Amino acid sequence: MSTTATSPQPGKPQAGTPPRAEERQQATSEKPVTWKVPVLLSALGIVAFIFFGLMGPNQTARFGLSSSGDFFQLPALEVPGFLGGIVLSVIMLGLAGYAVYLKTKDQAAPRWLPIAFIVLFVAAFLIWVVGGARTPSISLAGLIAGSVTLAVPLVFGSLSGVLCERVGVVNIAIEGQLLGGAFTAAMVASMTRNPFIGLLAAAVAGAVVSMVLALFSIKYLVNQIIVGVVLNVLVSGVTGFLFSTVMQADKATFNSPGRLPIIDIPVLSGIPVLGPILFKQSLVGYLMYIAVIVVWIGLFKTKWGLRVRAVGEHPQAADTMGIRVNATRFWNVTLGGAIAGIGGSFFTLVAIDSFTKEISGGRGFIALAALIFGRWNPIGAFFAALLFGFADNLQSIVTIIGTPVPSQFMAMLPYLVTVLAVAGLVGRSRPPAASGIPYVKG
Amino acid sequence: MTDQTQPHHPDGNPSGPDADKHEADKHDTDKHHTDKHAADKHDAGRPHTDKPHADRHHAPKPADEETAAVVSLDTAGGAMGPSAVPATAQSGKIPGGPETLVRRIFTGSGTVSVLAVLLALILGGLLIALTDKQVGATASYLLARPTDFLSAVWNAATRSYVALFQGSVFNPRGGGIGGQFAPLMETLTIATPLITAGLGVALAFRAGLFNIGAQGQIIIAGILAAWTGFALHLPVGLHLLLVLVAGIIGGAFWGGLVGYLKARTGAHEVILTIMFNYIALYLLRYLLNTPAFRRPGESNPISPILDPSAVYPQIFGSQYRLHLGFLLAIAITVFVWWLLNRSTVGFEFRAVGANPKAAQTAGINVSRSTILVMAIAGALAGLSGVAQVAGTEKVLTDGVAATYGFDAITVALLGRSTPWGTFAAGLLFGAFRAGAVQMQIQTGTPIDIVLVVQSLIVLFIAAPPLVRAVFGLNPRRKKPVTAGKSKTAATTGGAA
Amino acid sequence: MVRVLKLELKGITKRFGSLLANDHIDVVVEPGQIHCLLGENGAGKSTLMNVLYGLYEPTDGEILIDDEPVSFRGPGDAMAAGIGMVHQHFMLVPVFTVAENVALGAESTKAGGFLNLEDTRRKIQEISDRYGFDVDPDALVEDLPVGVQQRVEIIKALVRDARVLILDEPTAVLTPQETDELLDIMRQLKGGGTSIVFISHKLREVKAVSDIITVIRRGQVVGSADSGASTTELASMMVGRAVNLTLDKAPAQPQETTFEVKDLTVVAPNGHHTVDGISFSIARGEILAVAGVQGNGQTELTEAILGLQERVSGSILLDGKELVGRSVKDVLDAGVGFVPEDRKVDGLVGTFSVAENLVLDLYDKAPFARGISMSPAKVLENANSRIGEFDVRTPSAAAAAGTLSGGNQQKVVMARELSRPLRLFIASQPTRGVDVGSIEFLHRRIVAERDTGTPVMIVSTELDEVMELADRIAVLYKGKLVGIVPAGTGRDVLGLMMAGLSPDEAHADKLHHRDPALGNDPVPGNSPALGNSPTPTSASRAEGGDHD
Repeated sequence: MSTTATSPQPGKPQAGTPPRAEERQQATSEKPVTWKVPVLLSALGIVAFIFFGLMGPNQTARFGLSSSGDFFQLPALEVPGFLGGIVLSVIMLGLAGYAVYLKTKDQAAPRWLPIAFIVLFVAAFLIWVVGGARTPSISLAGLIAGSVTLAVPLVFGSLSGVLCERVGVVNIAIEGQLLGGAFTAAMVASMTRNPFIGLLAAAVAGAVVSMVLALFSIKYLVNQIIVGVVLNVLVSGVTGFLFSTVMQADKATFNSPGRLPIIDIPVLSGIPVLGPILFKQSLVGYLMYIAVIVVWIGLFKTKWGLRVRAVGEHPQAADTMGIRVNATRFWNVTLGGAIAGIGGSFFTLVAIDSFTKEISGGRGFIALAALIFGRWNPIGAFFAALLFGFADNLQSIVTIIGTPVPSQFMAMLPYLVTVLAVAGLVGRSRPPAASGIPYVKG
Repeated sequence: MTDQTQPHHPDGNPSGPDADKHEADKHDTDKHHTDKHAADKHDAGRPHTDKPHADRHHAPKPADEETAAVVSLDTAGGAMGPSAVPATAQSGKIPGGPETLVRRIFTGSGTVSVLAVLLALILGGLLIALTDKQVGATASYLLARPTDFLSAVWNAATRSYVALFQGSVFNPRGGGIGGQFAPLMETLTIATPLITAGLGVALAFRAGLFNIGAQGQIIIAGILAAWTGFALHLPVGLHLLLVLVAGIIGGAFWGGLVGYLKARTGAHEVILTIMFNYIALYLLRYLLNTPAFRRPGESNPISPILDPSAVYPQIFGSQYRLHLGFLLAIAITVFVWWLLNRSTVGFEFRAVGANPKAAQTAGINVSRSTILVMAIAGALAGLSGVAQVAGTEKVLTDGVAATYGFDAITVALLGRSTPWGTFAAGLLFGAFRAGAVQMQIQTGTPIDIVLVVQSLIVLFIAAPPLVRAVFGLNPRRKKPVTAGKSKTAATTGGAA
Repeated sequence: MVRVLKLELKGITKRFGSLLANDHIDVVVEPGQIHCLLGENGAGKSTLMNVLYGLYEPTDGEILIDDEPVSFRGPGDAMAAGIGMVHQHFMLVPVFTVAENVALGAESTKAGGFLNLEDTRRKIQEISDRYGFDVDPDALVEDLPVGVQQRVEIIKALVRDARVLILDEPTAVLTPQETDELLDIMRQLKGGGTSIVFISHKLREVKAVSDIITVIRRGQVVGSADSGASTTELASMMVGRAVNLTLDKAPAQPQETTFEVKDLTVVAPNGHHTVDGISFSIARGEILAVAGVQGNGQTELTEAILGLQERVSGSILLDGKELVGRSVKDVLDAGVGFVPEDRKVDGLVGTFSVAENLVLDLYDKAPFARGISMSPAKVLENANSRIGEFDVRTPSAAAAAGTLSGGNQQKVVMARELSRPLRLFIASQPTRGVDVGSIEFLHRRIVAERDTGTPVMIVSTELDEVMELADRIAVLYKGKLVGIVPAGTGRDVLGLMMAGLSPDEAHADKLHHRDPALGNDPVPGNSPALGNSPTPTSASRAEGGDHD
């Protein structure tokens, strides 16, 4: 139920209740434990030890935990660069060693181990980056809050992907859904002078894009990847065209949506670090948390979810149980599109208050990556999206504080991590069995 | 005859509705045989189910007719050379195999391709008209004088398309013959990288791989080719050759890496190639900020100009940008055709693409094929990178690949992944691109319309029943459901 | 208790394109009966049942329940009317638990659409207790053995109050022992008032449980009988002529042994030993048939020989050359001809032409290729001669192989594999899904290959085929070699061996006239390397009367 990308038991998508997950581990324990995880962790541990430890910065990295508006103040966290790097990387090596030890006894590493490793690695990395900067001080609270903000469209996008893939349709068109949502939100909010209507319109736009995906892939059996790829181009073309012809001609009428207000929940928003993340968001931000929880509960706890997953895993079995496979697919894909559309509105109603060409900037593909990294699980996808949002945010921050790490490499990080994830850590992880395969009734 | 061969879809082996028909036909043939052996000893009293159809086996079946039509159209259009693969195999109407990507791509016929282009142009025209001021003005008195409105719509659309044509093929107002055909030269120039990258995508398709990564492959090839071109100073001939080799190696490496990861870890190539595109882009941006690549004294991320010895010679002199790369693209098309249809390597690629398990059982090394085909696909895309830095642009910027890598996907799809089909599709989209510039200048229609038309074409080509339904060309075997809803489908497709 | 129900199919006709899969079929299933539909593969039984279950719409005809016509637009309607079906390929979601699978489509919910699996668990427990199913509601389906999965399917139907249960070829994947258990369950269900439609082509099972037997051939009802009908009578009705189960073949003339497998073990990705320490050898001019219930390691054994399996230990020697660790190409080049068990998946490229399929593993050899350049003319030339030689019925050499009938596809595969000089010929399920006419032809070709002095290995789950072709019979059970017995060993002895008894035990068992449905687990093969242990065959010969 989390970013279990490094879980040592590939081939099992997350599902259901925790007790069952335990049993599952039991059931698969006879499968051979691979060297993949121990080796990878060891390699990363050594990298961390050399770069973050031995070659670590001499300065002390200072992490601010509170902002001035908080209702109580936490002292800033100060970590000596060199020592911090050494300590953290030694712990990492310890964890890697433990994984190797377990492997020699033919046991898989426990689930918490890779997660703990990732957390430590990120921490060591942060100390290294900040400690090596010209001004070795950043606001951790701001960094995290910014990460959540940047993750908002990613989360919505990956939820769309989860809904589509869980029901058996590959959604490469997340980018198009985000872009369509962003454009429509801006246009409709401008014309109605009401950003809330714009938000609704964004959902509709995302749903429409999804319906085309569903129609072509379900009814006309066109390869889902082809439809997805082409839809992205189509949406980019249509929004670009209308932007040039309509929006630019009359910016005041068509491209001044205004922003969704930030809803500040008194007192709670003053909690350091957590406050701004959880209680000082726009409507879209709050919707994000709700959507993640609702989709998760829906998929794994309800009748609807059981049917959706059955259709995505074994459509014929679902059909013989009287479930209308293609209708289920169509409406789920549509729902997914609506969710991505809402995510798209973030660009034009929250982040900035106007539309420009290609405003989604490839985030649909990062959302796709988050969905895979999060193993087709809403909560997993959420944390993966947060991680990618964090990388995105860090990229702009390192440029400001002047670290030696080129910002391009920070920008590259989500993609590299995804390649590692699909190739190394979750290489054999199992998407819904029928994903990408059209269902033709006998 | 087994129960398995009945139109019953075990999971993992879904076949299209057409496949069912064939499955059914199969039973016929079986029955026929069984009968022959059974007839003599059979108790005579029973009425024979299949006596009346005893000769059905030899009669042309609807599916066969259709297949035949595909053959004649495709060859008449010159889109396909004679092929070791029988046309039946390329029509994609064959049951039995899994519903592969390749099969979908081949589904359809020449007519559908033409109609798909037409339909896309019409919808694009409507979009243009929708935003046209004149059309808006006449719409206000639509009921009073509908002809005004209609002619405004017609004018808006045709004005843009005429400009598009003049900008891409023939401009009567150009100065002299040279000037009049200048647009055509520009079309061929832009088509060059589209063709080679499109061939890369098409080749991978044929091997069952979805290569979304032409963009990244072009970029890496561009980086290596450009660096070879401006950092090294070598004699004429050798220098260009080295630039070419550097680009090919760059693209082959970037593509082959994806093939390697896929073969070794089973990671999906779509995800890998998408990620590799971004990694390549950020790598390029990083490099352009390093002293090794940034032009001295320049603050923008742009490389030095390539040596004159490192660039493609221009074919018709310096007044056109058309360069040797285009001739190379023709040669490469011939090569890819040969590779796919006349070589053992291509046989392996196609076998792996159509049925990897059978290929493996027949002794074909599927992993090796995967890596090799991705490397060759990357090398082909790499040629596009070379065409950009050594032909058209002559410098390296972060826009070196433009959108050629993504356009290549649509080119390959439109060309149904046959080499000459891809070549033709590359020319068409090259013309769109070249003409769009002129169109924007003359009529103010934004270039983005090309994206719309391009993507609509591919969508329609992939869904022949929809196109046939829109044009009322429904063959007998149409499912009524499909026909019923296709109108909504068309509008939805356009509106999105 | 369950209310009984009378089911009637009247004039059911189902067409697929030009094929008549069902031609005016009339069947009446009386309440509380076990009604068997008997017919060869492809006779149209499954189509008929899919019509009954609402998966296909009939072209013509009607379904009556308690004399009222009904129409099903989908399985949901059929289930609501009290019809349940256990499909030949199980309709279970592997990653779901038993309870989730049972609940699917008929979920109990709490307020707000939340699943109430407790309720489902209780129902499963109830049914499981009543029939002694012993199914854990929380087990993941993919972790369950096939026999248990089948029970889950039956539970699915019973939970929905099925009054008519359709079982489509339910014994295809079961061991003889599991089959007997299933037959018991069927009798229990019948006792409880559930009618059963039992689809099968296996005469023994049909005779064992049926109240009435309807025989279907080529989409038509050709007759009916009760369980008292003789097997030969039923067989000739089913096949449409007097069945000649024996093939005229000369006795084997075994020469020197050139193919030897020693201590072969194959480990599956999940860690199971799918082939477990097997040793045997085949002489030139001899056919070794490998018998066993599907899924007992046969696939892995043949794939290991071909080099398709990854974790293989032990030794495979052909002409003194080690094949373990070699690539498929090396193995083929060593002179191995291989006919895979599933021709559509492994044997043919459906979209390729017949001509291309005929060179699928020869495309890079002379005369078809020089270097990497292929010669289409040579490929075509080869195709035309093979098509003639094997009597492949195809419109042309350029037709896509996927459009041919099963028998002709198999001929293409066989023609290709037999078109080069072989040192070993392996054929898995050589006649599965093939029409009777082609079966005879293919069998003759296999024997002809033996007679040229090639060691031949046949893998088949059809005992008839094994007994017809074999010079010696090896039986596999759970990846182990139970034993190798001479041709002519009785069906009952082979059946017991297929359930894991060693040849000696099987014979002893047979002699003591014990019920073959053993109460407890049979003793597995006593030694993995039984080799050619001599067995007393005369006894089984004498008692092997119950031929199907």
